Amino acid sequence: MKLIYFAWVRERIGKETEEVTLPGEVRTVAELLQWLRARGAGYAAALEHPQVIRVAIDHEHADHQTRLPLDGEVALFPPMTGG
Amino acid sequence: MGCEPHIRVQAEDFDLAVEIDRLTDGRRDVGAVVTFTGKCRDEGGRLAALELEHYPGMAEAEMTRIARQAAERWQLSGLTVVHRYGKIRPGENIVLVVTASSHRKAALEAADFLMDYLKSRAPFWKKEHLTDAGPGQWVEAKAEDENALERWKK
Repeated sequence: MKLIYFAWVRERIGKETEEVTLPGEVRTVAELLQWLRARGAGYAAALEHPQVIRVAIDHEHADHQTRLPLDGEVALFPPMTGG
Repeated sequence: MGCEPHIRVQAEDFDLAVEIDRLTDGRRDVGAVVTFTGKCRDEGGRLAALELEHYPGMAEAEMTRIARQAAERWQLSGLTVVHRYGKIRPGENIVLVVTASSHRKAALEAADFLMDYLKSRAPFWKKEHLTDAGPGQWVEAKAEDENALERWKK
């Protein structure tokens, strides 16, 4: 699965994108955030307050209860400030 | 099913007159054109620039979804949304919404709806560059922007 990060989530994690293979028990967006937090200090800092993190799956907004696709692109980012 | 929206995400500036012509040229049914231009302000001299980051692919897709909702909800003859990215200085343009309709109310309401949704749903993020300190903070989303969406929910 491809992960892609934006704004301060990208800066804290220290990379724009990465490919990951998820363990079988990581099935939802919330479980993905939990799993990522344990991957290092940058991830822990970026995902310290997981409830504020916005998520898109294959270019569409998704909530934290959404089931992850088997493959695809999952984006993590802060609340948007466009316009 | 409404009109097909014009959606663009670009680094370069836009020309308001060209965008109005695009929705009105050769048409005799348009009675109202509303434009909204969002610009970068200097926050009392504190701000040197805003840097706009976006999610290529999703930005266009989400703007199209928002625009289609507007086109279904209001009777519009034309609809354009242009959002810029990259470094934008005070006085420069950030976003443009143009709505055309036979009547004023549809054009005004649709433009208002589009801006409310673009602010909280289109994947763009602003980082401040300060006049005295270089790159600064990411702009924080405001609760009032999220709350603004409530009034459009029927």
